[in-house]
Amino acid sequence: MKPFLEVKNLSVSFPTEDGLVRASDGISFTVSRGETLAVVGESGSGKSVTSLAVMGLHNRKSTNISGEAILNLPTGPVDTISAPSEVVRKLRGKSMAMIFQDPMSALHPYYTIGNQMGEAWGLYNEGSKADGIKRAVELLDLVGIPDAAKRVKEYPHQFSGGMRQRVMIAMALMNNPSLLIADEPTTALDVTIQSQILQLLRDMQKEFNMAVILITHDLGVVAEVADRVCVMYAGKIVEQSNIDDVYYQPDHPYTIGLLNSIPRVDRLGDHRLQAIPGQPPSLISLPPGCSFRPRCAHARLVPNNRCATDVPNLDEKLPAHFSRCHLTESQLVQVRTPTGGLI
Amino acid sequence: MTEPVLKLEGLKKYFESTAGGAFSKRKVVVRAVDGVDLEILPGQTVGLVGESGCGKTTVGRTILKLYEPTGGKIIFQGQDITHLSRKRMKPLRSQMQMIFQDPFASLNPRQTVGALIGATFDIQGITPEGGVMKEVQRLMERVGLNPEHYNRYPHEFSGGQRQRIGVARAIALKPKLIVADEPVSALDVSIQAQVVNLLDDLQQEFNMAYLFVAHDLSVVQHISDRVVVMYLGKVMEEADKTDLFASPRHPYTKALLSAVPVPDPIKGRARERIMLQGDLPSPANPPAGCVFHTRCWKVQDKCRTEVPELLQISTRHRTACHFPEPA
Repeated sequence: MKPFLEVKNLSVSFPTEDGLVRASDGISFTVSRGETLAVVGESGSGKSVTSLAVMGLHNRKSTNISGEAILNLPTGPVDTISAPSEVVRKLRGKSMAMIFQDPMSALHPYYTIGNQMGEAWGLYNEGSKADGIKRAVELLDLVGIPDAAKRVKEYPHQFSGGMRQRVMIAMALMNNPSLLIADEPTTALDVTIQSQILQLLRDMQKEFNMAVILITHDLGVVAEVADRVCVMYAGKIVEQSNIDDVYYQPDHPYTIGLLNSIPRVDRLGDHRLQAIPGQPPSLISLPPGCSFRPRCAHARLVPNNRCATDVPNLDEKLPAHFSRCHLTESQLVQVRTPTGGLI
Repeated sequence: MTEPVLKLEGLKKYFESTAGGAFSKRKVVVRAVDGVDLEILPGQTVGLVGESGCGKTTVGRTILKLYEPTGGKIIFQGQDITHLSRKRMKPLRSQMQMIFQDPFASLNPRQTVGALIGATFDIQGITPEGGVMKEVQRLMERVGLNPEHYNRYPHEFSGGQRQRIGVARAIALKPKLIVADEPVSALDVSIQAQVVNLLDDLQQEFNMAYLFVAHDLSVVQHISDRVVVMYLGKVMEEADKTDLFASPRHPYTKALLSAVPVPDPIKGRARERIMLQGDLPSPANPPAGCVFHTRCWKVQDKCRTEVPELLQISTRHRTACHFPEPA
């Protein structure tokens, strides 16, 4: 069976006064139903831009988008990049839905929760508004909002942060989407609420057999929920593999660096954090060659200064494990073991 | 025994707000901080953790007297500063500084970096050896900024660099205590480690004490010597770092620790998780008895009526629970 979403060579750039911002560059990945793909990266790495392109939410006039994002619907494949806006619009909510980071700004403050959720339902269903609100109550109940029948009449400001995020999730599920994109869904929440929401996402995925793309910068969250991972840096995927490989045999110096730089509650001790020096490059003037080279401690291992001249390809160095680095697998093992490699 | 740099005794900070809209006459008292005891020794880092709304930021700000305390005592280097006037606080401020969370909001966009860092000297009327400019450039270099950027404005710097400006400003007068309120939470993962390491190094160099206020337990675990866990304005547990993380005794601490995601998939899958139900109750209307009883999975009748005291449970380990977890 074909994966539900196939993103092929997707690039998004924004022309600005200062020059062209290459926000995401040649992104390819797939997600099947029932599977969770985590897209990890820092701010400006292109993870949100990519997902907004899949959803068809960029302004087509002011954004250059190329490549494909194919949804394999029962009625046949649709490319959300090239399909007319009207067609993509009809897919949003029903075939694909998105949860945003900040539920306060994503919910309309003037309308009751029931009103907003009912509207989403009304787009694709025949029936009265009362039917829509009935469905809203069902879903609010499912996502664990106590007293849903009463709370459906309340406004967003009457909900706490965690409850609002539940409302967002319920709203995204109104029309049983096949693909759910969750953009930093727990970043604004406290850890105890975060673990509730992550559990909820896992349950809902099972219940609706959704393909889920989870966008986050938190490697802890990824470890808890993802099946596969794409690590992004400066607009490109630098590493892509199943979840365990990324953590136990990371194959890109950036991934290795990230894993070494985060403090961890599960490891006591006063070891010094190994920070990645420098900062991410400007997307307007990327360095030639590998974008990570200026911060990479291992570029000197590559002969002929290739890291500074040739952009590395995303190669399958280990089975089903891709990495965009000039280092050979045996060199990477060396880079990994002294500090990385974990455990 | 060394004298603590800072000692809090039953610190309280209540805010008054109106219930039922801005024009209502009905007043509610929000007990943001409700009786906090705390001690910080010279050169020590105390981590103050808890969920949003637990009062940890208010504690930090009240210590620096950015808020007037409602009750309790603040003792700084042996001196009771609880009710000092602004004027009499001013000379003390060179000894106690703050690093703020948001490096975008905490720097005046119309001042150059030089002016921002140099202002600390002007305000205290101190002329450093070799002049302000030279000293500021030395500080910039020390925190990892290019001293040639002396005349640049904050918008020309990245988030991590701005936080370094905030750090330079805080250490300029070699204070004895720095209250760092979520200093790395606005930064990207790869930059966080840089700033955490910088704070570590500076502490060793200048023997400063930190009150490190944060919600991220992984960072707190890394940087702190002692950790204080707050919930709804009260201290739930307090212990040395290793002790607290290895054997949390308060159910809230235990749940909080178990909720922190671990970047290790196999460990993560195997981990036992305590899922807390519901949200933090409103500090305007805290539950009777133990404030945590509405979400506690071990709750018993006693918890609903009797407030547990913060009691010593083992060496340097205190917890406020009627039924603490076994060690």
